[in-house]
This record gives sequence, structure tokens and C-alpha cells, in this order.
Amino acid sequence: MFDNFPLWPARASAGAANVDALFIFLLALSAFMCLAIFAMILIFATIYRRRRGVEAEQIEGSPELEITWSIIPMGIFLAIFAWGAVIYFHERTPPRGASEVYVVAKQWMWKLEHQEGQREINELHVPVGRDVKLIMTSQDVVHSFYVPAFRIKQDVLPGRYTTAWFRATKPGVYHLFCSQYCGTMHSGMIGQVVVMEPAQYEAWLSGGGTSGSLAASGDTLFQQLGCSTCHRSDSQGRGPNLVGIFGKPVQLEDGRTLTVDENYLRTCILSPSKNVPSGFKPIMPVFQGLVSEEQITALVAYIKSLTPSPAGGQASVSLAPKPQYPKE
Amino acid sequence: MATLAVTAERENYLNKEYGIRSWLLTTDHKRIALLYLASITFFFFIGGFFALLIRLELLTPAGDLVQADTYNKLFSMHGQVMIFFFLIPSIPAVLGNFLVPLMIGAKDLAFPRINLLSWYLYIIAGVIYLHCIVTGGVDTGWTFYTPFSTAFSNTRVIEAGIAIFIAGFSSILTGLNFVVTIHRMRAPGMTWSRLPLFIWAHYATSIIQLLGTPVLAITLLLVVFERAFNLGIFDPTRGGDPLLFQHLFWFYSHPAVYIMILPAMAVESEVVACFTRKRIFGYNFVAMSSIAIAVFGFLVWAHHMFVAGISLYSALIFSILSYLVAVPSAIKVFNWTATMYKGSISFTTPMLYAFGFIGLFTMGGLTGLFLACLGIDVHVHDTYFVIAHFHYIMVGGAVMGYLGGLHFWWPKISGRMYPEGWGRLAALLVFAGFNLTFFPQFILGYMGMPRRYWQYPPEFQVLNVLSTAGSTILAVGYVLPMVYFLWSMRYGKIASDNPWGAAGLEWQTPSPPPTFNFDETPEVTWEAYNYEEIPAPAEVNVER
Repeated sequence: MFDNFPLWPARASAGAANVDALFIFLLALSAFMCLAIFAMILIFATIYRRRRGVEAEQIEGSPELEITWSIIPMGIFLAIFAWGAVIYFHERTPPRGASEVYVVAKQWMWKLEHQEGQREINELHVPVGRDVKLIMTSQDVVHSFYVPAFRIKQDVLPGRYTTAWFRATKPGVYHLFCSQYCGTMHSGMIGQVVVMEPAQYEAWLSGGGTSGSLAASGDTLFQQLGCSTCHRSDSQGRGPNLVGIFGKPVQLEDGRTLTVDENYLRTCILSPSKNVPSGFKPIMPVFQGLVSEEQITALVAYIKSLTPSPAGGQASVSLAPKPQYPKE
Repeated sequence: MATLAVTAERENYLNKEYGIRSWLLTTDHKRIALLYLASITFFFFIGGFFALLIRLELLTPAGDLVQADTYNKLFSMHGQVMIFFFLIPSIPAVLGNFLVPLMIGAKDLAFPRINLLSWYLYIIAGVIYLHCIVTGGVDTGWTFYTPFSTAFSNTRVIEAGIAIFIAGFSSILTGLNFVVTIHRMRAPGMTWSRLPLFIWAHYATSIIQLLGTPVLAITLLLVVFERAFNLGIFDPTRGGDPLLFQHLFWFYSHPAVYIMILPAMAVESEVVACFTRKRIFGYNFVAMSSIAIAVFGFLVWAHHMFVAGISLYSALIFSILSYLVAVPSAIKVFNWTATMYKGSISFTTPMLYAFGFIGLFTMGGLTGLFLACLGIDVHVHDTYFVIAHFHYIMVGGAVMGYLGGLHFWWPKISGRMYPEGWGRLAALLVFAGFNLTFFPQFILGYMGMPRRYWQYPPEFQVLNVLSTAGSTILAVGYVLPMVYFLWSMRYGKIASDNPWGAAGLEWQTPSPPPTFNFDETPEVTWEAYNYEEIPAPAEVNVER
């Protein structure tokens, strides 16, 4: 019945060891503080227990002691803060070139799509040693993507993208939990992360029949929805040329400057009048309610894949790790 | 010290008038305190019943005792009942109501009728909430996170929201009453630096109630409006922002933790001083740390949102501010411990609760350091680690403080002694049961078990079984005092005016006090905790 009973969670990502080290430090510190305080109380309670004829000695206090036991904890707290901040900074900053997985959460399942086009439900296959960036959104309420073995957690919000990343280090099957309460089957919104050796992963990747990469399906959608009539890859379109804009700053009509990231592209698709780039008219139709979350992620992946080709003029789609997809 | 016969016949606030009208229309702060005592005890046992069902469901990994929807309602209503209908009013509305005027030498609170009004608001809120429970309940978690609460839940969210909205006003009025009373009603000679630390902590609490609760009220009203009239404030599909809700909610709900714990610290200071027979070590620092907690407590709310999608830099700011608020709490623990040095310590029931409080609050506070730490919080946020942490603060801290205070002032409140042997037994049961219930949850949390799970992977079972076992012990520990308090009202030994030999004006008036507290307005010429001038009782009153 109780066959599997470890007291420490599996450790399967590059960041997990850092979190554990800090946790153990805090455990040791807390244990020391508890023991020190409890020992003092026990000793005082024993030595100074009430006895007939013995009066308590009135002591006003000691500013020196007060300052000592304010400053020293403060110093220790600041050190803990700094250590924790470094880990957090690392967790929140995905490395460049990480391969991307788009996650759409809904009551009560996880839908995941690799940039190569593989789709999964409640399961995520990843190879050992590769940086994986999760770009996540929700179709309904707030969820949270939690993999205890990686020590990562990120709320998944409706109406915007949030990101997380990890690099798995140990093959195995690990829990994926929804950790933000999301309704009836919150506790059923679980799945697994399958970490595989790279060779196995390649085999798995080629096993599933896909209809092409995520960017390629975004490309198809881009034509179908008529985006390409205005967003042309020369400078003649009524909308901005989208080639190579990802990650670059964009000047808006109202004077603000924003960086083009996933959330910016998402907002531009759903409510175009919010952020109109300088020099363009707010004539783009609103796509709120017309495209699903999966379609938006495909469009975003497609736009991200547009990089200027060395020859100039014509756009090409470039993707890591599968480099080239021919355009029609 | 009054003799037995005189005490029994003397007119006091309990025997001055009889009949239901004399209670329901009273403006006596002491009677209102007892009205609160009865009502919050009722809600405590409702919330406790929900908690026991939760623990029973979690005995096995499968969801088998209740339906998933029922389970979700149980933890939601457990949280809302315990927080808004028990913990927030607990010490302030019962012990604070009873003691604030007595301790400062006043006849009553500044606004006696408003005091009664705040109890009626509480009762109206309670009745609405009870109606909500019996007609289907609410399943949003106590946190009402949007857009789940506004657009997805099929339960009685509007009713629960309105009930808590009204209960909030009860809390605001109590806070207002205390602030004005402490400023304006102090007896001659009762300067700020002579106030008992109980009063300082209640003053700090009242400020939080006054400034924080309106924000919760507005937030809940917005939730109700969004749900009822389809406004788009928090729901992104209607142009709203779910993170806005979380900011507003935690702006109140983090300081609310201090509404619960500061009054428990208030009790702690009085009890430790009395049973070590000493002035509290570092009076000024303990007093000012209460104010510091109230002020800094307002600046740390977003540490509940480190993984919610706030920016990296705001997370850094809120993390460092959270460490700032830990310092005054640490100062208090150090000072209580130092007070015991060279004291004359006796181990009465209130003191056992005080020892328990220091131990459990220390553990709750130290695990707070883990949660304020960004790198750790990402892993343990929304897991059982958080559940264990805040139960150590709110049950191990606030409820232990409340029970300790109730025992300490029971002779004053009822005029009778509770049975000391049973009291000590219950205190030990509460301490043991509490630790067995909640310590395993720290481990569960680090192992990764998310909170609010109806079913869970089997590797978490052993620790859940331990936790459920502990909760049954805890339940016995909570039922016992209710039984022997009721028993003692009739059969308990008659209490003298000052059975503990305690300092403080409340002990210089008869037990139970007359309606207007003091026959003559006292004039204070001494500092708080002047234990060198008060003879210790030959031995501590022990019955059986």
C-alpha cells in the first residue's frame, strides 16, 4: 500500500538542485533558531519556576540587546533574500535558443504543442539536456503549471501569455499538476512530463504523424484568414511588414515604444486598435472570439519564425532545431 | 479580596438584568463580548466540522467520501467561516471588547450603540452566510479568484460575497470604536507609555481593520457586480484583468493575517507577564513592533503572487519588504523569551497556551521566511507547505492565543474558575494534536502535493493519514474547553477579584465587574506590569 514513500521529491532539472540547496540551508537555520528558543524557554522554565519566597527580578529591558536581535536577523534575512532572488531571476529568464512548447490550459486538461507540430494532451515529452521554454495561456480560468521534480511553477492566465522554462537532467516520468484551484476537477487536471534520452526523444518525435510544424500551420492560417493581403513581406502592404519584427522595439502611433513579444502579438491579433504601430491606420479587423487559443499560438509561432532571408526581399521560415520549411 | 458571600451577592454586569431583551438590546461592552463569544463559537464548530470532513476525505488518495464539488465547497466554506466569522472577530470582538475599556479604566467603549450595531451586522452577515451554506454553498476557495468566481462557478458566490461584505463592516466598526476609545477614554494618569501591551496590539489591529477592510469590501462588491451585471473588471474576455483582483484581494487579506495574530500577541504579552511575575522585557520595543507590523503589513501583499504573472522586479521588491515585516515579529518572540529570565514562572493553563503559542508561532514565522524567499516560493506556493505555514500562524498562533486568553480572563468574565486539571489536559491535547495535524503538511508541501486537491497520488498517503489522525486529537482538545467552561459557569469555584495576582486595572475591579466597570474612576500612578508591588497568590488556584 505504502510502497512508494520518499520524503524528498525527485530532482530532475538543472534548477532543482539550487532550490534544494537553499531549502536545506533554510531548514538548518530554522532548526537552529527553534532549538535555541525552545532550549532557552525550557531552561528558564526550569530554573526560574515559581518557588515560595523567591520573587521575580524586575528587568526593564536592554536597548543594546534589542538592537542586536533586530540587526542580526535583518542581515540574515537580506542574505536569504539575495540568494532566493538569484534563483528566481534564473528561473524567470529563459535562455536564448530554448525550444518552445505552447501550452493551452482549460478546465480540466493541458494541451501542449511542440514547435515541431507534435500535439499532446496531459503529457509532455522532452529530451534530457535541452532548454525548453513554455509559452502558456488559458482558455478559461487561472491554472498553474507545476512540475515538482523541476521545482517550477507558473500561473497560466486567460488573456495573456506567461512563460516558464526548464532543462531536464534525468530521464523518468514526473508529475505535472495544476496548482491553482480551477473548479470541480482541479485535482484531476494532472499529467506527466516524460523525460527521455535524446535518441529516444527523436524516435518519439518522428513516430507521431503531424501535419507539419506549428509555424507551418500558422502560415496556412495566415493565408486563410487573409492576413497576408495587408501584412505583405514587401513594404507595400496596408499593415506592417512582419518579417523580422519579433524581439525588436516598435514605435506606436500614440508615442509609446513596446518590444514585440508573444503578448504584444497576441494583443495585436485580438484587439488591434490597442497598439497601433506608428504610420499605420487602425483598420485591422478584430479577431477576438474568431480564433481559438491554439490558432493564436500557431499565428504567433509563424510570425516569430519570419526572419529576413540573406538574399533579401522574400521571407523564409527558419526554425530550430528543424531548420527549413519550404514556403508554398 | 472579597469574601465568598459578598462576591455572590454583589451586583455585576451579569446579574443586573435578566431576560432576552436585556441581552439583545444591551450596550454594555461586556455583554456584547459574550454575545460575540457565543456567536463565534457557533461558527468555529461549523468551520471545524468542515475541516474534519476535509481530513476524512484525504484519508485515502481516491476521492471517495464526498463528491469533488462537495469537497471544493468544504474547503471554501471552511476557509471563509474560519477567517471571516471566527478568526477576524475572535480576540478583538470577544476579549478586546471585554477588556479594552477595563484595561484603560473606562466605563465602556466610546460608542456603545455602534458596538451593538457591529454585533448585529455580524449576525446579519452570519445568517446570510448560513443561508448560503444550506442552500448549496460556495466553491470558489476562500480567495474568490477571478474569473473563476465571476464567470465559471455555479454556486452561490453573490450571497457569500454579500455576507462577507457585511461582516467587513462589523469589523470596521469594532476597529473604529477601539481607536476612538483608546485615544479618548483613558483614565487619568493612563498615559500611552503606561498602556498594557494588550492595548497597543489592539490599537495596531484596529488601524488595519479601518484601513484594510474597506478595500476587501470594494473588491467583493466588484466581484458581485461582475457576476450579476456582466461588468468586465476582472474577466479578460470582457476586457478585465484577473491579476487586478489578486492585487486588491491580497491588499486586505495579507494584513488580515495581522488582524488575527496581533491580538494573539496582545494576549501573549499579558499572560507571560503575569505568570513570570515580571514587566515585559523591552516594553517599548514590543509596543512599537505592533505598530511596525501594522504599517509594514500593508506593503507586502504581492508575496502571494510570485508565480501569478507579476513582473520580475515587483517580485523582488515584495520579497525584500516581506523580510522587513519579519523583524518586528522576531523582536516580540525574543522579548517574551527574555521576560522569562529571572522570572517566577508558574505553569497554569494560560501559561501552557502561551508556551505553545511561542513554539508554534516561531515555527510558523520561520517557515514564512521560506515563502518570502523567491526561489523557494516558486516550488512550494499553492502546496501543502503554505497550508501548514498559515495554520501554524492562524491556528497555532491566533487560536492558541485566543484559548489562552479565554482561560486567563475567564474568572473575570464569568466570576468562576475553570477546572485547572482539565484545562491543562486540553492545552496539551491541542498542542499535540495540532503538531500531528500540520507538521506532516510541511513535508507534503515540499514533496509537491498541491493544495485544494480532492484526490491525490498515492505516495502522499502516509503523511495525510498522520494529519487526519492529528485532527481528531485536535477536535477533542477544542471540545473539552467548551464543555468545562459551560460547566464552570454553574459549578466552578467562585473566583476572587484577582485570582492570578495579575497587574492591570481589569483585576482591580470585582469579578465579574459591575456594569460600569469601576465604582470610582481609577487614577493611574504606576507603570504597566508593576509586579513588584503586587503580592503573588500563595499558590495558583487549582481545582482538582
